[in-house]
Amino acid sequence: MGAFHSVPDDHQYHILSEKTGFSLEQIGILHNRFKQLSHNSDVLRRDDLNTIPDLASNPIKSQIVEAFFDGRNLRKDSEGPVQEIGFEEFLIVMSYFRPPSVHMTEEQREGIRRDKLRFLFNMHDTDNDGTITLEEYRHVVEELLSRSGSLGRETAKGIADAAMLEVANMSVGRMVQYLLSSVSWKYSRFIDKERNCCYIGIQSVLRKILVHSAYST
Amino acid sequence: MPSPRRALPAPGAVVDPRRSGYLLVLSVVVLGCCLLPLGAASTPNKTPQPGAPKEQNGSPGHGGSHASNYTKKLFPVLSFDYGHVKPPFVIFLWILLASLMKLGFHLIPRLSSIVPESCLLIVVGLLMGGIFKLVGETPPILKSDLFFLYLLPPIILDAGYFLPIRPFTENLGTILIFAVVGTLWNSFFIGGLLYGVCQIEGTLSTVGLLPCLLFGAIISAVDPVAVLAVFEEIHINELLHILVFGESLLNDAVTVVLYHLFEEYAGAGAVTVTDVFLGIVSFLVVALGGVMVGAIYGVLSAFTSRFTAHTRVIEPLFVFVYSYLAYLSAEVFHLSGIMALIACGAVMRPYVEANISHKSHTTIKYFLKMWSSVSETLIFIFLGVSTVAGDHKWNWTFVVTTIILCMVARVLGVISLTYLINKFRIVKLTTKDQFIIAYGGLRGAIAFSLGYLLDTDHFPMRKMFLTAIITVIFFTVFVQGMTIRPLVDLLAVKKKQETKRSINEEIHTQFLDHLLTGIEDICGHYGHHHWKDKLNRFNKKYVKKCLIAGERSKEPQLIAFYHKMEMKQAIELVESGGGVKVPSAMPSTVSMQNIQPKKPPPERALPQISKGREEEIRKILRNNLQKTRQRLQSYNRHTLVVDPYEDGWNEILLKRKKMIELEKKISQMSNYLTVPAPPPDSPTIARARLASDPQAWSIKPAANADTVPSIKVDLASPQSPDSVSTLDEFSRRQQQQQEEEEGGLMMKPPSAAREEQEDGKEQQRLQRCLSDPGPAGTEEEEDEPFLP
Repeated sequence: MGAFHSVPDDHQYHILSEKTGFSLEQIGILHNRFKQLSHNSDVLRRDDLNTIPDLASNPIKSQIVEAFFDGRNLRKDSEGPVQEIGFEEFLIVMSYFRPPSVHMTEEQREGIRRDKLRFLFNMHDTDNDGTITLEEYRHVVEELLSRSGSLGRETAKGIADAAMLEVANMSVGRMVQYLLSSVSWKYSRFIDKERNCCYIGIQSVLRKILVHSAYST
Repeated sequence: MPSPRRALPAPGAVVDPRRSGYLLVLSVVVLGCCLLPLGAASTPNKTPQPGAPKEQNGSPGHGGSHASNYTKKLFPVLSFDYGHVKPPFVIFLWILLASLMKLGFHLIPRLSSIVPESCLLIVVGLLMGGIFKLVGETPPILKSDLFFLYLLPPIILDAGYFLPIRPFTENLGTILIFAVVGTLWNSFFIGGLLYGVCQIEGTLSTVGLLPCLLFGAIISAVDPVAVLAVFEEIHINELLHILVFGESLLNDAVTVVLYHLFEEYAGAGAVTVTDVFLGIVSFLVVALGGVMVGAIYGVLSAFTSRFTAHTRVIEPLFVFVYSYLAYLSAEVFHLSGIMALIACGAVMRPYVEANISHKSHTTIKYFLKMWSSVSETLIFIFLGVSTVAGDHKWNWTFVVTTIILCMVARVLGVISLTYLINKFRIVKLTTKDQFIIAYGGLRGAIAFSLGYLLDTDHFPMRKMFLTAIITVIFFTVFVQGMTIRPLVDLLAVKKKQETKRSINEEIHTQFLDHLLTGIEDICGHYGHHHWKDKLNRFNKKYVKKCLIAGERSKEPQLIAFYHKMEMKQAIELVESGGGVKVPSAMPSTVSMQNIQPKKPPPERALPQISKGREEEIRKILRNNLQKTRQRLQSYNRHTLVVDPYEDGWNEILLKRKKMIELEKKISQMSNYLTVPAPPPDSPTIARARLASDPQAWSIKPAANADTVPSIKVDLASPQSPDSVSTLDEFSRRQQQQQEEEEGGLMMKPPSAAREEQEDGKEQQRLQRCLSDPGPAGTEEEEDEPFLP
């Protein structure tokens, strides 16, 4: 839980900076945002995130919110969902969206990539068993189409089935190749340094998700 | 029909194409010679005159006898009257020549892989020009209005209509910086240094600063035609392609402004600060005005296409006419016509494609490709001819300096701009990328035409300019064009990926978009994703309703993409002989049926393609085939037909064959109960069938069975025999699954019988999906049946 005092402390900022890789300035800005969201308390709850007005029209809102409260993303030993998070956990989740810095070694980049993929994987794998099943995948597609009403729900099944079949029909090598297609560079995004401070970079995301889903025993 | 750029001859027929190629070239040369007597160049014979016959007497065709003349001659059975058909005749003879050249090049096997087509065409043009000169005729020159009004628009429209929007908008910042800042830097660098050189060199000291700057502006613009012609053949990766190509398109505004600015004031001799300021304002007006004009026409075109349900035949016409009018309207105000055309094409495309019929879509695609192809060929040929035809003034210093300065300016510009841009990009541009971008800055016919437009009175050194421009064009097209391919291979630049679009990719793309937008919202930051999301929602809520007819306006992108995929598979199916059932990896056109549940599906015995099936395939193809790729993996203008999956399809076809056999066996078991109680069944068949597919998804029993949504599947209702058979196969299957390690379906042991059945239903629905597309009601009338 939030082991974070309401008065920001430079020392604590430094610790957090070590842990998450954000700069001090970025942590400060995020902390302001955290306080704004949590109405100046030390912990953030689901409702706080659910009430963000911009988020309301997002079809996968619930999954995004869940991701913040998912034990697996918070680098804790507990695997289940938590009810409230503190600023440190908030930062940890945010840090999944940082791009690798230029001064990293190849292993570090690999590690970061794996973390990002793991994050995405966890978003899909809602029952914490390490596999993405057809059901869960269907659920994802349904959520994406949830804005289309009943039309979406029924087609979602078909689409998810098609997707799984695609995965199944290809050998692993080919799947990796075609899934990695252009998503890798397209989904790196930059959020303005001045305005906020979140660098969002997700690269080569699809590989592990579907490897886990289709071929785990 | 798809016409791959490199048609390799059949292995057994190596000699024949070459021979026929040579024959063809020879015949073309002869044809070209025919042009000489026919094309006396007294008139500007490329501008199509409104085919009014020269003779104004009322008699038809054969300029017959004068009515007032009563001397009775023999009635002329056959007469020769070439004069009044000459202009269109010559034009079309040239077009024929150009097309035959294209044919010839691709028949000669080796040539097209070494030399890019543009080079060959220029050489042909040179030859033609030479032949003209030998005969003593004046060869035609690439006149500017011919070029700008007739030859350029088809190419630009083709590029704009099929512009891959997503990579373009994602890299828009980079593209704009290269286009605007890069072109400005090039112009001033080249112009300024050239002026310096001219001052130093004695013979050139009459060349003023402003003419030099004007020359710099003309020569510095990267040419879209040349870039397209060369880049297409090297199949470079999407990012680089869109960067160079986008730059070549967007720098038109800069070129127009600079050109007019310097041309206006070259006479005056000096440019004041006010003029510079006005120039900047003018740039904004030209660029944004062009885009706005294009967008307005695009919206008009989309709106018109909404009502064309009953007159499908003229649908393509609207697209072409509106686009061309957009171009011309922009040119009226000296706005950037190219940007107008691009904006028009890009704006109208999603809406028009949702509205028009499949055939119109094909027509548009083919016509655009055809016109742009012919245009490009003609441009290059005329460039060659004009080189021979024009009178040149060769000045070693000027020309050599120009070439060197062009290259230096380009390299410096790209390096410094990339350094700047990389601070803002997450995917940085590597050195290799920079090299390709710099090396791919080809000049082309636009520069020549702009130079040609110069007024000789104000610019006495026009000839020298033209000579230099042509030399630069030749240099870039020949040297850079020919060497870029081996360089790309040498540097191992990433090529385009031949991957096919997959539904997974689409799902995850959308998922990531929403995820990143959500994270931005949580951060409270209004970034790229936020605005894009807002635009999408606005589009969906208001614009689509206006511009798209009927129900299609509500279709989400994922579903549209999915239908398109199904379409491809349906076509594959039909092409490969239909098959008894439709067993393929064509999952769940059950969904199709659910979207349009207007007509109850006809009852039919499964093993035959009935009317209903035909209808449904027809309807599917009708409705959905018209959507083209929204995101191209690689941008290749000449790919007309989306390639069906290559290797994957062979597997699928094999599987399908196996499944056909198995289905036959299964259908023999159709005398089971119609109640979903599972009587035992032969497990071997089940295992054989299911094991033949390496489908390894896991079906977990739902935690609570009622959350498993149920689809109404009319065809595969639980009462139908087939469903039962697969169901029981399934229950047996579970016991066997422990033995199977790989292949087949994996199922965790179900916790309750009911769940088992539910899963079975799920599974059999899935299998159903595999084996049988649902029917769908007919939605719209079509004037002619697709499957005759």
